[in-house]
Amino acid sequence: MRQQPVLEVRGIRKEFPGVVALDGVDFRLFPGEVHALMGENGAGKSTLIKVLTGVHPSDGGEVELAGEPVRIAGPLQAQRAGISTVYQEVNLCPNLSVAENIFIGREPRRFGLIDWAAMRRRAAERVRGIDLDIDVSAPLNSYSIAVQQLVAIVRAVDVSAKVLILDEPTSSLDRDEVRQLFAVMRRLRDQGVAILFVSHFLDQVYEICDRMTVLRNGRLEGEYLTGELNQVELVSRMIGAELAGLDQLGGGKRRERTAPTGKAFLQADRLTRRGAVEPYDLDIRPGEVIGLAGLLGSGRTEAARLLFGADQSDGGTLRIEGAVTALRSPRDAIAHGIAFCSENRKTEGLVGELTVRENIVLALQASRGWTRPLSRTAQDAYALRWIRALDIRPGHPEALVRNLSGGNQQKVLLARWLITDPKLLILDEPTRGIDIGAKAEIQKLVANLAEDGMAVLFISAELEEVLRLSHRIGVLRDHRMVAQLDNDGELTPERVLATIASGADQ
Amino acid sequence: MNAHALLTRLRGQLPLLVTAVLLVSMFSVGSVQYDGFFSGQVVLNLLIDNAFLLVVAVGMTFVVLTGGIDLSVGAVVALSTMVSAWLVEQHGWPPLLVIPLVLLMGTAGGWLMGWIIHVFEIQPFIVTLAGMFLARGLCYTISVESISITDPQYTATAQTRIPLGDLFVSPSALIALLVVAAGFVVLHYTRFGRNVYALGGSEQSALLMGLPVQRTKTTVYAISGFCSALGGVLLTFYMLSGYGLHAVGLELDAIAAVVIGGTLLTGGSGYLLGTLLGVLVLGLIQTVISFQGTLSSWWTRIVIGALLFVFIVLQRLITARRR
Repeated sequence: MRQQPVLEVRGIRKEFPGVVALDGVDFRLFPGEVHALMGENGAGKSTLIKVLTGVHPSDGGEVELAGEPVRIAGPLQAQRAGISTVYQEVNLCPNLSVAENIFIGREPRRFGLIDWAAMRRRAAERVRGIDLDIDVSAPLNSYSIAVQQLVAIVRAVDVSAKVLILDEPTSSLDRDEVRQLFAVMRRLRDQGVAILFVSHFLDQVYEICDRMTVLRNGRLEGEYLTGELNQVELVSRMIGAELAGLDQLGGGKRRERTAPTGKAFLQADRLTRRGAVEPYDLDIRPGEVIGLAGLLGSGRTEAARLLFGADQSDGGTLRIEGAVTALRSPRDAIAHGIAFCSENRKTEGLVGELTVRENIVLALQASRGWTRPLSRTAQDAYALRWIRALDIRPGHPEALVRNLSGGNQQKVLLARWLITDPKLLILDEPTRGIDIGAKAEIQKLVANLAEDGMAVLFISAELEEVLRLSHRIGVLRDHRMVAQLDNDGELTPERVLATIASGADQ
Repeated sequence: MNAHALLTRLRGQLPLLVTAVLLVSMFSVGSVQYDGFFSGQVVLNLLIDNAFLLVVAVGMTFVVLTGGIDLSVGAVVALSTMVSAWLVEQHGWPPLLVIPLVLLMGTAGGWLMGWIIHVFEIQPFIVTLAGMFLARGLCYTISVESISITDPQYTATAQTRIPLGDLFVSPSALIALLVVAAGFVVLHYTRFGRNVYALGGSEQSALLMGLPVQRTKTTVYAISGFCSALGGVLLTFYMLSGYGLHAVGLELDAIAAVVIGGTLLTGGSGYLLGTLLGVLVLGLIQTVISFQGTLSSWWTRIVIGALLFVFIVLQRLITARRR
């Protein structure tokens, strides 16, 4: 029923130093369709788009436009070949007028000079063509982001109307603006434009798209008609866990847990930060492990950063041990007994050039202040105690941290925070990139800490892990906490997955 | 047009408007205070005395509009006077050959700096600072002394006065006005000119919209180099000498004129007409102080400094409001 694809890529490959961003990805785009490119953060969506638009050269594979092989060497060439892109951040010049933004580089000229009257007239026609009523001679920055985005689309389509790539266009639009954008997209689709739509809003994808291509870890997961794949199936394709497989994981040994009762250590009430996470409520009691589940980029880390003062909330209240508290910086949070192990242990946590001992005592020393240095004997005692307690290998306090394996580095980071005896420990992906054995040890450690009365907020992309450890699980989707599920022994990975996919507790 | 858009557009013109009001009020105050101030010739003398600064400031406007800066202009002016004097006086080359050669030299130097800035992604500040030292140093390899020019063609041009009714202007002033007019047409009616604004608005966007970013960037520095060399040529007509200490600090006067003329240092917003007004304001401050008679000429600097503070704070307020 379909004709020839307007854009077809086969076996596209792209490597960055140390990472294979795209590994033999195939992708087809037909005229007159809206096609969604789906995948978690880091799945390769942005890289694929940048290869298609010539921002990054590909390291292998073929690109065909309307059956003709092409090499896309730069943005200009991509535009000439008929591929135009509207990025998440509007890439226009805010200081120029709307008309100029549509026509710059292609201004109508008379006698070699720009014909401003003709340019404004034609710009007005184009803008009216998508039912937009704006003054084209006004500077672009006098309009909202939504209007700027529509102007970017007008330009893109006017430059070359074959393939239009929209990269996260709806992330900063409100509901009405999204509707307006979708109306424009449908109109263009009916005119035969092939539209590639990237969004992490699943509902929007299902509303507007005809087909979708799913990427995972730089590989093609599959190409589906929107009607063929429901949201739960899509999410499991994106995170790469088959439902049956998840069953098995969920059936594994679980810890006995009795949810602690008593006064909450920390209570978040409608806590929010614009653009990062929508208002959410969260109580954490001493001895309780709260899991945060959701896709990468769903707002898990953002929610946690508010509890550590790493970002400032701009709404809602935070109570610590019953008292309303504003955390202005991580320093404030540390003073209240909150510790945060970030997910980037290399860049945000450990100092690779220092020894295990020095890394372990760093936070404690900082909280004492540099005027009261820890004696070397005390440092050695702390280091040895925690090396033994966490079984850090090699068990030598003077080993350089950068020479340790990922799992052992993670333990050093944990030791650093545990030494300060925190009341709430926030762990952001503590087990990512470390081997199974070390993973199990860290999980055991977390459970033991909770039994000893520490409150833990545990963030992980691995559902199994979250289910095994947590008393309660907060589910995030599109920067919103959509549900909090009690892990009462009957909670299954399917139900968590379904909650992530549908955005509601089912 | 909705009111909001109208307001935004007016706000963009505000610095220009302020400069125009300032110029008119300074002239009015001068006219009331001092005898003989209120005359067309005082206005024309502003142009005659500041022709070279005006030409250099036009080139600077192009650079600042892209968000860059060119610190080498004063040194290039000095080098141009030096090379002209040296070739004409000590080697006997004809001025009609020397002048194009000097212009070519300035253009090529500017182009090279622009190329380095773009290709190696280095701050314009540091690249043009290097260019400034280089050009200033080269002056002294020619001569550490001033070389005076006695060539009849030069002296004749220097003394030429073109009558305008009862008044007169110099050829240099006319050339400077011509450069302003040409710059205006290029900035507002050519694709290159609009690319200059686009580059100043957002270089990343300009690149993604497929605009020739490299060519635009190297060209603005080449234009600034050309304007500096032309400024140097006009200065030789004015001073009738070449000297390594000519035009010391001229780059700062040019930047001051551009900023007072309402061009944002962050690029993307401003008008060449504003630069003309900016140069006239600077010239007028000097005129007022010389009419006043008792103040030392250092007061010129003090007033320019104060004005600059006012204008950059004004710019800051305007851009902050816009966000």
